[in-house]
Order: sequence, then structure tokens, then C-alpha cells
Amino acid sequence: MARRDPIYGIMAEFDSAQALLDAAKKTHEAGYKKIDAYSPFPIEGLAEEIGFHFNEVPLVVLIGGLIGGISGYMMQYWMAAVDYPLNIGGKPYHSWPAFIVITFEMTILFAGISAVFGMLALNGLPMPYHPVFNVPRFSSASKDRFFLIVFSSDKKYDPADTRKFMEGLNPRSLSEVPS
Amino acid sequence: MPEQFKSSAEIERAPVIEPGHTFGTVTEKISAIVLTRPASNGWFVGFGICFMATMMLLYALGYLFLKGIGIWGVTIPIGWGFAIVNFVWWIGIGHAGTLISAILLLLRQSWRNSINRFAEAMTLFAVACAGVFPAVHVGRPWLAYWLFPYPNTMGVWPQFRSPLMWDVFAVSTYATISALFWFTGLIPDLATLRDRTDNKWLRIVYGMLSFGWRGSARHWHRYETMYLLLAGLATPLVLSVHTVVSFDFAVGIVPGWHTTIFPPYFVAGAIYSGFAMVLMLAIPIRKIYGLEDFITERHLQNSAKVMLATGLIVAYGYGIEAFMGWYGGDRYDAFTLWNRLHGPYALWYYALLACNIFIPQVLWIRKLRTSPVALFFISGVILVGMWLERFIIVVVSLHRDFLNSSWGMYYPTRWDFMTYFGTIGLFLMLMFLFLRVLPAISIFEMRTLLPEAEVKE
Repeated sequence: MARRDPIYGIMAEFDSAQALLDAAKKTHEAGYKKIDAYSPFPIEGLAEEIGFHFNEVPLVVLIGGLIGGISGYMMQYWMAAVDYPLNIGGKPYHSWPAFIVITFEMTILFAGISAVFGMLALNGLPMPYHPVFNVPRFSSASKDRFFLIVFSSDKKYDPADTRKFMEGLNPRSLSEVPS
Repeated sequence: MPEQFKSSAEIERAPVIEPGHTFGTVTEKISAIVLTRPASNGWFVGFGICFMATMMLLYALGYLFLKGIGIWGVTIPIGWGFAIVNFVWWIGIGHAGTLISAILLLLRQSWRNSINRFAEAMTLFAVACAGVFPAVHVGRPWLAYWLFPYPNTMGVWPQFRSPLMWDVFAVSTYATISALFWFTGLIPDLATLRDRTDNKWLRIVYGMLSFGWRGSARHWHRYETMYLLLAGLATPLVLSVHTVVSFDFAVGIVPGWHTTIFPPYFVAGAIYSGFAMVLMLAIPIRKIYGLEDFITERHLQNSAKVMLATGLIVAYGYGIEAFMGWYGGDRYDAFTLWNRLHGPYALWYYALLACNIFIPQVLWIRKLRTSPVALFFISGVILVGMWLERFIIVVVSLHRDFLNSSWGMYYPTRWDFMTYFGTIGLFLMLMFLFLRVLPAISIFEMRTLLPEAEVKE
């Protein structure tokens, strides 16, 4: 695309979670793939309806936890048995049972940090500005309204047809999102 | 409204939210405490008193830095004194927050949604208060960072075979994870505040803090996964923290410390005192801010039941300690038991039994479980009792150990008391600030409790 579309997308507003879920399902089934839905709380199954299936967060957490655990144990081993061996009451330098607690704590620490920062990074946050904020009614997306948007970058997007299709979803209001 | 009758019948007895609320009213009611409600005179008085107590803490710590820990009552044989008693007490209080937010989330106890936010804040502030004590107790607090393994010119590393090192890692991990859990829980609510406020500067501040959250379905999906995983990680973590704290004692050979019952009984005691603190905070907060719709009788009842259960585990711990002292055949252990019952600190031991075991049994009476005033006072008694428990463990075990030529007594000084009451002031001051600037109840999680939030495929 050589030039940016002046319209970022068309946004429909709904009154209830159920209405948004149904509308999202219809929109996705109608062939629109670049869509998104906004709600004031998580709605079960909504992400699947807009075509989001692969969630990477668990993998990120697993990798983070493994790194934390392995590095935590290796750190202790190297410090207590290699770099600074100290004889404490005749205990072996590599006294592994004593190292378990910190290994565990490091696993949790790294897994937890990767969960939070992984989620933020995958979501592209922080992002203080976003075109959807230009819609005045969108401020109730964090209160009691539900929104569905079809992005203008979608292959099937056509200013008139898409608008007509979305009117058919019985939204409470319909607005164009300037980009 | 039949819808709502159904949902309250599903969840036995009192409802989690009083009927008649919608997404809008829940949002308005909670965010109004922060955005529109003016700070009352009562708030300023309460904050002022706690602020002065915090100043007293800083004064006591300033003098400590100047003079050293000789200003405290700690001396050989009681080298741990108030500092460790208070540390364990505060860390224990923090446990309820994580229990409510993580363990009850995994157990799908949705009633937790209205108390988890401030319980998490409580955890964070309690851990901050707890952290003060070991840091200043090391004697040269400006070198407290030596506890961490960092490359240094001395060419030495910390001693990882010591439970005190485990404690450093456990407590700092706990503080970090609690802060992350609390803050990520706040992100969607900060976005709500950003959208609700009329003040331009507040909008920028809340907007930045909310990271530009916009409630996209993809974001929620990852967010929920993250939240669940974090809860799954925090659950073993919270159990491990007080276990590791108990290792500080149990791995030592001092009679009265060297026992295997310590880890479970410390964890139960932590949750016991934590719920007592939750109730002591929740009861006035719901009254003053009119939040009885959200923090209902059911929350009070459930917290009382958790206290009853954990209190019995604690009682079992005391029982086993005493039984092992008698049955184990070790004369030093037997003497520790005798000394608790008949020694110079016997009065405190009986006070401990009264506060932690006997008085809380009145919670079996349903009428008292649902009475906010009664619960408030019983919680206070439990908090005192749990403090006494740590006092008995630390001081009474140390003051008469193996050699009677090295016996001694412990006399806390005014600096000990100033530091202790100062941390209570710091804790409450942070609580006062928290109530005014952040939503004390998780708004988005409250929305999910409403019947309208349910969808079918």
C-alpha cells in the first residue's frame, strides 16, 4: 500500500458482552480477518472468535522459568564449589540440597518477570496513543460498552460495503476511526 | 429480578455483590472514591497521625544509624530481639494478600475479587515494613547489599548453605512478584480511571501508568493467561516464603527452634495473622467508603472461617511442639517447654495461648462471624497473639539455652518500641495514600461477577 488510508477502521458499539461476541463471530465468519474487539473485562471465547488462537505467553513463562532455575543453580554451584570453595563443617562444596531453595526462588522470579513483561511485549504495550482513542465514545470501553472494529487494512474492507455489513449487526452506534 | 436471585442461590448464603448493580454503577462507585470524593477530615487526621508515626520511625532509624544497634535491647544471649520478631510478624501478615489473590483465584473463589486489590496492597506494604528490620539489624545497614551475590573486589561470595541467604532470595522474590501481581492487576483499572477523570494531568498520569491499555480481546486473552500463570507461580512462592523464614529457626540447633513442625505451622500462622489484618482493614474501609455492597457479610464470614481453620492448625503446631518437648526425651527441649510454662516469660506464653487459641474459638458462633465489630476486635486479638508467638519463639528460646551460665533476660528499649510502632504508622500511611489514589477494589474483576458478564457461545 503506497499511501495510508485516512480511515483506520470502522467501529461498532454494543451494549452487552453477548452482543459483542455474536457480532464478532458473524464478522469473522463473513470473511473479515483483520478485526479486533474491545471490552471492559475479559470475555470468554472472544479472542477465539476474532481468530486469535496461538497464545505465546505460556511458552515465554516456561523459558523464563527454565533460565531462572538453571542459572540460579549454576550460580550457586560456581560460587560455592568453583570460585570460592569454603569448608563449612566438612560439608561437600557441591552441597546440592542446600541449593534447592534459591534455585526454586530464582525459577519463580524469572518465570514471573517473563510472564508480566512477556505479556506486555506481546501486546505491544506500553502504547499511550492508539487511533481507537480518537473515537469519543471509546472512553466507555473501560466502563460498560463493547466495541468491534474492522481495520481498513483488511483485504475485504470496502468503505461502503463494510459499513453496510456492520449496520446489519445492530450496533448501538457506528463510527469511523480516523488514522 | 429472577436473574439475580439465581446467581445468589448458586453461591450459598449472602451474595458477593448486592443485587441491582450494573457495569456502570460498579465502575462509578469504585472510581468515585479516587476521582470525585473529597478527602474527609477524618482521612487527614488518620493520615496525619500515621505520618507522624512514620517520622518517628525515621527518627528512630536515624539515631540507630548514628549509634548502632546498641540502642536496642538486643544483647547476648538474645541477639535477635524485636527486629526479627517484627520482621516475621510483618512478613506473615503479607501472606494473606497473596493467598487471596493467587490461591483463591486458582480455586475459583470469585468472592475474592472484591478484596484482592487492597489485600495485595497490604502485602506489598507489609513486606516493605518487614524489609526494614533485617536491613537495619545487620548492624552496618549501609552494607546490607553485601547480602546479594554481586562481583566484588573482596573476592568473596555469599554462603548459600545458610538459611539466612535463602531468606534473602525468598523475601526479595516475594516482594518482586507481589509488586508485579499488584501492578498488572491495576493496569485495566488505571485505564478506567484515565477514561473517567476530568483532570487533564490526571488523565496523562493514569494513561501512562495504564500503558495505554485499550481492552482488546487479544490483549485480554494474553493478560488472563499471564494472570493465571502468575497466580500459579505465586502459590508455591507464598508457601515457600514463610517456610524459608521458619528455616531460619528450624535449621539452627537452639532448643525450641530445632523442630520439623515449623514450616507448616509458620505458613498457617502467617495466613492466620494476614486474614486478621485484612479484616481489620476491610471492616473500617467498607464502613467509611460505603462499600458494604461489594465487601459483604459473605466476605467477613469467609475470612472468619479461614482464620478459624488456620488458627486450629496453629494450635496443632503448639500442641506438637509441647508433645515433642515432653516425648522426645531431649532434656533441653523438655526444659524449653518447662521454661515457657513456668519461666520468667510464662505470662506471655499464657497470653499467647489465650489470644491465638482460646479467644478465636468464639468464631464458631455464626452471629459473631457476621458481626463486623466483633470480628474487628477478634482480629486485633489474633494480631497481638501472633506477635507474641514470634516473641516467644525468638526471645524465650534464646534467653535460656544449653548453658545456664549464659542465660539472660531481654529488655526492649524505647527505640525498639519506636521502630515497631513506626512501621505500623508507615504501613497505615501507605494504606491511606493507596485508598485515595488507586482503586481499592478491582473494578474489572468486579464487572465479571455481574450476571450480565456471562456469555454463551
